[in-house]
Amino acid sequence: MKKSKTMMGLMALTLTTGLFAGCSSNNNANTGNEQATNNAGAGTEATTTPAGEAGQDLKGEITVITQRTDIVDTVFKDYAAKFNEKYPDVKVNFEALTTYEDQIKIRMSTEDYGDVLLLPTSVAIKDMPDFFEPLGQLAEMEQQYTGLEERAVDGVAYGIPITINYTGVIYNKKVFQDAGITEVPKTIDQFMTALQSIKDKTEAVPIYTNYAAGWPLTQWESVLPTVAGSRDYVNITQLAAPDNFTPGQPHYDLYKVMYDAAQKGLIEEDPTTTDWESSKADLANGKIGTMVLGSWAIGQIKGVATNPDDIGFMPFPTNADTILVPLADDYNIGVSVHSKHKEAARAWVDFFINDSTYPTTEGGGMSPVKGAELPEILKQFEGTDVTFDTITPAQAGKEGWVDRIDKDAEVGLWQPDFKKFIIEAAIGNRKDSFDDIMKDLNDKWAASYAKVTAAK
Amino acid sequence: MFKLSNLSYKNQRIFIILAFSIVPVVLLFTFAYLPVIKMFQYSFTNWNGLSKNMEYVGFDNYKTIFTKPEYFAVFKVSLYYFVATFVQMGLAMYFATILSFNVRMKNLFKGILFFPTLLNGVAIGFIFLFFFKPDGTLDTLLQFVGLESLQQKWLLNPNLNNISLAGASLWRYMGMNFIIFLGAISSVSKDVYEASDIDGANRWHQFLHIILPSIKRILQLNLILAISGAIGVFEIPFVMTGGSNGTSTFVIQTVDVAFKYSKLGLASALAVILLFIVILVTIVQRILIKEEA
Repeated sequence: MKKSKTMMGLMALTLTTGLFAGCSSNNNANTGNEQATNNAGAGTEATTTPAGEAGQDLKGEITVITQRTDIVDTVFKDYAAKFNEKYPDVKVNFEALTTYEDQIKIRMSTEDYGDVLLLPTSVAIKDMPDFFEPLGQLAEMEQQYTGLEERAVDGVAYGIPITINYTGVIYNKKVFQDAGITEVPKTIDQFMTALQSIKDKTEAVPIYTNYAAGWPLTQWESVLPTVAGSRDYVNITQLAAPDNFTPGQPHYDLYKVMYDAAQKGLIEEDPTTTDWESSKADLANGKIGTMVLGSWAIGQIKGVATNPDDIGFMPFPTNADTILVPLADDYNIGVSVHSKHKEAARAWVDFFINDSTYPTTEGGGMSPVKGAELPEILKQFEGTDVTFDTITPAQAGKEGWVDRIDKDAEVGLWQPDFKKFIIEAAIGNRKDSFDDIMKDLNDKWAASYAKVTAAK
Repeated sequence: MFKLSNLSYKNQRIFIILAFSIVPVVLLFTFAYLPVIKMFQYSFTNWNGLSKNMEYVGFDNYKTIFTKPEYFAVFKVSLYYFVATFVQMGLAMYFATILSFNVRMKNLFKGILFFPTLLNGVAIGFIFLFFFKPDGTLDTLLQFVGLESLQQKWLLNPNLNNISLAGASLWRYMGMNFIIFLGAISSVSKDVYEASDIDGANRWHQFLHIILPSIKRILQLNLILAISGAIGVFEIPFVMTGGSNGTSTFVIQTVDVAFKYSKLGLASALAVILLFIVILVTIVQRILIKEEA
């Protein structure tokens, strides 16, 4: 670990000098990383800028579109100031969208969607080259960054994750204490017992679903690799056979937790009127015991807590032998194919990932830069049996299959719909049993599985 | 050189008429007809809404829709709004009639009743979300008048949630009906009321024999609007429940298909079908009403 930290420091150093000195790659002994960067985007400018005059040649005005409405006028302005120290002639404008995914998708049907933006997750991966500028060869860029393969097409990277999230259960230590839970639950049974004792011994809601907002329910899908206990599950094992939602399969076990919790009254009293904003404060102040969320939420929750140290993170419970916390991309940042100042835009991307501190501070996750240090809250897991790892990318020729089956079947792995059904069924609003819902999902999945695999 | 004054008066007139009508016609075409034409086109493709390429798949989308009954199952929910339509029209007519006679603070009441129409549908959704929340406005109100026993989880209970939503929708659209009725009623000449007063008619007689026949046309119009509205309900359930818990409507379902599952082609086909249903319902209504008249 120590060694890799030093390495990482070196890498970052060479990278930044390489980037901001522009041309140094030609006369510098450093190869590898830096050349990759130059080849990728800043190639034209790299040969003309004299060393030392950090990016003086880059001129123009770029528009950066972000989803962070909360900090666009404060923190982002500081980033821009810092960026301008290196690139004084680049004017950076920001635009923040409240419902990023929906709005950007509509704007992308035109040519005017900014210079730097986040790659919408709902856009089919094969369409990336139509909308985004290639950032470099995947094989080369992978030396520097993790998580690139999620949005890469044919070996070319189109985006760099703005932060790497890990997903699990965010809980309130004080509530656990009051409920007499001394040890963090590891298996599903232990977890259910813990929730039950929160209900019995405290006033807090054991597990808050955020049903009304909908999207927090999709966070559950992120912990699937933990339940499966394997980094291969999502993209490899899941595609090996069509029956995905049958008893014993990770999906079944995962959502059984949701169903059981709802059925035993361990969730909020009226899920239909939940409120995301207030749920953060409630978790922070001990009115809620646990929520299934990504690491990005930790900062936001701590921000409203009277005692930030009460907020803890634990892996989602699992019956698997190994405890794996999946690391996954947040949004990826990329450059619009219609940008008029592509070099400047690319410089912003590199600055944002490497020098803005966004990935670890505002982003709240891990830096996508290889070898980066673990965030504070995860230090407790160093030396335990908990491992953090990215999931295995899809096999060649099978890229995007999970997504295609999912959309064709209208299952919606990353949509709130069937999770809502599960909760509705559990609290008695629907006649379907848990097995009925799973069977229905399985039938839909299997039909589309046959279609997609046959089409190949 | 072209000069308007060189033309004959007749040609000048034609020129000016054309020049002035070109703007509205272009606007109408771009924002009303072109999207509809495009929608028809998309409905025959498997476009995902963004991709540069789309394949023509013929009638596949329509086949999918008509072979899967679940796409039409959501019309059950429309029935709640359909029933609410009649309540809405009844109330609108009631208030319009009362306020067309001499009432104290008449204009204030008119304002209050029309006010919801001015509000944005999304805002109304949020207002009613707070209204129906546990310990929200409605529950507080019930407690205040001593009806605690009626307190409910208005949006959670699957037997009640659609009624709650239809109620919110009723509140929103009643003002519009009301103002149309009010306009129609005020076109009835004062002399007729005076004459009927002399003949000894009371308010109820006046309503039945003077007001109702005079506004029959408007009533029919409102009914057509309200019913096609009931088929295409969208914003209130979308904002308040997102269509969960059995409150999804046909339009919400269409939006889901288009944007959650990226099947814009299929969603366009659903929209085309909805368009035809609305046209059909309107035609049927017109025929029925004509026969009556």
